[in-house]
Amino acid sequence: MARIIVVTSGKGGVGKTTSTAAIGAGLAMSGKKTVVIDFDVGLRNLDMILGCERRVVFDFINVIHGEAKLHQALVKDKRLENLAVLPTSQTRDKDALTRDGVEKVLDQLRDEYDYIVCDSPAGIERGAHMAMYYADDAVVVSNPEVSSVRDSDRILGLLSSKTRRAERGEEPVKAQLLLARYDPARVEKGEMLKVDDVLEILAIPLLGVIPESQSVLKASNLGMPVVLDESSNAGKAYLDAVKRLMGEQIEHRVLAPERRSFFQRLLGRTA
Amino acid sequence: MNLLNLFRRSREGSAGAAKERLQILLAHERVDSEAPEYLPMLQKELIAVIEKYLDVDDEKVEVRLERGRELSTLEVNIELPGAEKLQGRARGRPTAGTLLQA
Ligand SMILES: Nc1ncnc2c1ncn2[C@@H]1O[C@H](COP(=O)(O)OP(=O)(O)OP(=O)(O)O)[C@@H](O)[C@H]1O
Ligand SMILES: [Mg+2]
Repeated sequence: MARIIVVTSGKGGVGKTTSTAAIGAGLAMSGKKTVVIDFDVGLRNLDMILGCERRVVFDFINVIHGEAKLHQALVKDKRLENLAVLPTSQTRDKDALTRDGVEKVLDQLRDEYDYIVCDSPAGIERGAHMAMYYADDAVVVSNPEVSSVRDSDRILGLLSSKTRRAERGEEPVKAQLLLARYDPARVEKGEMLKVDDVLEILAIPLLGVIPESQSVLKASNLGMPVVLDESSNAGKAYLDAVKRLMGEQIEHRVLAPERRSFFQRLLGRTA
Repeated sequence: MNLLNLFRRSREGSAGAAKERLQILLAHERVDSEAPEYLPMLQKELIAVIEKYLDVDDEKVEVRLERGRELSTLEVNIELPGAEKLQGRARGRPTAGTLLQA
């Protein structure tokens, strides 16, 4: 029986899709059968970040509408045998998702997979609501910046009231903070919120701190989840977070951001 | 090895790969977005035709697509019942191989 994890934030552009790809790939690398689902209808992107965009045939909405079977719409990752992607529709609008449709798809996936990771769209509208409704766990992605933290707080409110677990009075969705794009140098200078500040404000457990890192851009250029880049600090931080998601106790360490070396700058190399 | 190439490659870095991926994908998407989504229809009609002649299990149809720069490929694999399952069924039906490739 799979655990359903939603990756959500409220604010846009904070790193949800990057994190969904990294966490999904990390779980698959640990031998867990994992499927990642793109809930950002109309703005399909998870397939690009995972590098399978050219092999998408059918999508989530086709399955909900009965135009394709679930197994036909799942795209298997070429590098990680335990990873599959359910892409979203690029052409339809977010109203195409229905609660019943989503539930049917999740129920089918639940038996076959260990983890279902849902990439939420930004905002607090229908799409974000659909992505979180059936979740068991939530990864709340935030950047160390005021508007992002404020929006995370909104999302935490929704997680504790507008999910199936909340409506049924079951054990609440387990929400954990993933602080992304963290730059210790700027925190040191007092330009950015500290991990502890954000934790104090949001009062949820810390899943991980992902440093600001050039390797994230490189990974998305290549269509490769950043956890497959062994030299990446962000990748390492994601792997730690994945272990914590699976219940392991891993000490928190803030990995340094990657700076361009003098030689790289000399060559004008960016990635 | 040409030293110039070495430098050129390092300057392009991963951005070169990103550009190529985008060019291929967007070329396909721009065309696709003008026409209604044809793949579900294509699959339905294809199966309807094949069903006239053969037993097809909906769950045993696999469609694979690979969009490329020079060419794209569409592969439809339809698994058909094997000899054992066919035994005892009406005669006159074709006993094609277990896999039909279209
Ligand atoms: N740790 C990081 N270091 C550097 N850049 C990052 C990091 N995490 C994410 N980014 C960059 O931030 C941008 C937004 O990331 P991403 O698309 O994952 O966010 P999102 O929350 O899914 O956005 P949206 O709300 O639009 O769906 C991307 O350009 C990505 O490469
Ligand atoms: Mg996204």
